[in-house]
Amino acid sequence: MRYLSEFRDSAIARRLAAEIRRLVTRPWTIMEVCGGQTHSIIRNGIDQLLPAEIELIHGPGCPVCVTPVALIDKALAIASRPEVIFCSFGDMLRVPGSHQDLFRVRSEGGDVRVVYSPLDAVAIARSNPRRQVVFFGIGFETTAPANAMAIVQARRQGLANFSVLISHVLVPPAIEAILNSPANRVRAFLAAGHVCSVMGYWQYLPLAERYGVPIVVTGFEPLDILEGIRRAVMQLETGRAGVENAYPRAVTREGNQPAQQLLAEVFEVTDRAWRGIGVIPGSGWRLREAYREFDAEARFDLACIQSHESPICRSGDVLQGQLKPNECPAFGRQCTPRTPLGATMVSSEGACAAYYNYGRLTSTPTPLTMPQSATPDPVNQ
Amino acid sequence: MMFPDPGAWSCPLPLRDYPNIVVGHGGGGKLTAELIAHLFAPAFALPSQALGDAAVLDLAGGRLAFSTDSFVVRPLFFPGGSIGELAVNGTVNDLAMVGARPAYLTTGFIIEEGMPMDQLAAIVAHMAEAAQAAGVRIVAGDTKVVDKGHGDGVFINTTGVGFIPDGVALGPQRVQAGDVVLLSGTIGDHGMAIMSVREGLQFEAAIRSDTAPLHGLAAAMLDVGRQAIHALRDPTRGGLAAVLNEVAAAAQVGIQIDERTVPVTPEVQSACELLGLDPLYVANEGKLAAFVAPEAADEVLARMRSHPLGRQSAIIGQVTAQPAGLVVARTPIGGTRIVPMPIGEQLPRIC
Repeated sequence: MRYLSEFRDSAIARRLAAEIRRLVTRPWTIMEVCGGQTHSIIRNGIDQLLPAEIELIHGPGCPVCVTPVALIDKALAIASRPEVIFCSFGDMLRVPGSHQDLFRVRSEGGDVRVVYSPLDAVAIARSNPRRQVVFFGIGFETTAPANAMAIVQARRQGLANFSVLISHVLVPPAIEAILNSPANRVRAFLAAGHVCSVMGYWQYLPLAERYGVPIVVTGFEPLDILEGIRRAVMQLETGRAGVENAYPRAVTREGNQPAQQLLAEVFEVTDRAWRGIGVIPGSGWRLREAYREFDAEARFDLACIQSHESPICRSGDVLQGQLKPNECPAFGRQCTPRTPLGATMVSSEGACAAYYNYGRLTSTPTPLTMPQSATPDPVNQ
Repeated sequence: MMFPDPGAWSCPLPLRDYPNIVVGHGGGGKLTAELIAHLFAPAFALPSQALGDAAVLDLAGGRLAFSTDSFVVRPLFFPGGSIGELAVNGTVNDLAMVGARPAYLTTGFIIEEGMPMDQLAAIVAHMAEAAQAAGVRIVAGDTKVVDKGHGDGVFINTTGVGFIPDGVALGPQRVQAGDVVLLSGTIGDHGMAIMSVREGLQFEAAIRSDTAPLHGLAAAMLDVGRQAIHALRDPTRGGLAAVLNEVAAAAQVGIQIDERTVPVTPEVQSACELLGLDPLYVANEGKLAAFVAPEAADEVLARMRSHPLGRQSAIIGQVTAQPAGLVVARTPIGGTRIVPMPIGEQLPRIC
């Protein structure tokens, strides 16, 4: 199994799309929850293969996009301190706070480093005992186990100079918040496969039952997403509303038990603010009392930070599926990836950036013609 | 000494957003283009549009190509090469992209205090070997040492001149609708080779930098006919996406590529997937993209494939009149997407 090419097969993709066209009898609105799925849909042009009846709405599953501006401002304040080495995943560096971003902090002398794992930040803390090393611990249930592991290891190694700025958020409460919104148009969800690989999908069973909404656990490659949509449409058209697992090569009902035990050891559920949406009760994790010493918010004085959002950014409506990115008045005008007003225009998983980068052609009238002489190169096969 | 007056810039807004230089200003994307267009080009009275890889100077009796490049790679040694080979091949390739036969290089070293002598010697030896392989002579140089902490081992600048044969006139402004886009081999090898050995990111992969001098390949292509080839570009930082966008913008044409035809090794593809990077944006140091008249495309392709540096050459797309200034890719499953100009550095995705 090569895991990539066989899930990008164009012949199978066309067959799945044809099957979806055959099943559909009326318009349906389906939300893919995860930003990674949004990215894949736009990058591969999956939406262009679907019948007009299927509308995909891009959900709030991009961790970069939903991290509130107040927390970005805290990160910027911490990263600006001379004793701090601030470690972050790469795509947080360009997210605008109230006044600047981490790139700007770095150009002004802040020690901001891109890491690929929180354990890298632990290693940096070990080799820089006189500096305060802070990791920007954002993300959904997917990134949380590695962050929990970093904190456990830091304690084991007795690292007093390591802390984490935590903003973990959870998928099921966000889905429930969308379902409870009076403006909700979503009739089925593609659940985020990688979140479910950690947490399993048992949490979604009561949601599907209570709200009568199909939820299909879906992967990220083009065929995964088409299969997820096909199963969602099949349920909608036959009047069923259950949880299906269309990503069985990575997801089980119970999920990754050791990861869940680690999460329960380190984190407890808390209310979280979502950028552009507001506070969703019980929608995040914070450090338990026993691990509070690793909380960067407690370690540094972060009082008197005044945060404000761009008044014209409507990323909250985009994240809740009530506005397509290109329907926002600022889209492509005041707000571009070069001058983002909101995080949804920054992250490669953000719906606005995905639309801007990959979707702009929808507004140009010229039909596409590809060279017919071009034959696939054997290297790619 | 005159300093540019920020208030007098023709379009000051983009740079005024940035009171300090950020890393993205060196990324080969929009920020780099803005820095050149709003700071360097007006200060040096350069044409702001269509700055190619090398300047072409008319001298009595012939035309000279003239180019300069600086090398700040970290780590200094990486699978497949070192900063020494890059410094020679990089400038040789800039000259080759305007069709020149590279002849002479000068070099400047900015060395950090404390740099191990044996490392510097190894780098210089690599430069000498690369120069010999490329058939160029390093004829002048300069050395400066900066205090420890004020450099990163060694920075190297090379400046080169080359001779342009009569009848050769390459440049993005010559690219026109109908042209075929050819690529000389796999993309992303150099960037991912560097990534694979960066601090904190070692991963096991047999990816080697593709650093190589391209003037021999370019000359073989030009043998098909000097009018047949309209432009050559080497996709270094910013990757293939950046050079396609530069050409699309300079010639005011559309460029359409088929992603399935762009050669990528499985190792580079996997490493990119792992890090959430797009190979179209990853740097190369030994590849070229060619814009060729359609009637000559097959013969140019055959010539490329018979050259050691072009064995995996492929036709990857074509130039269209519309949509002007945009690069569009057909995706492997048959959809389409825009391939935008990168802004600064490509950022690895979070998950």
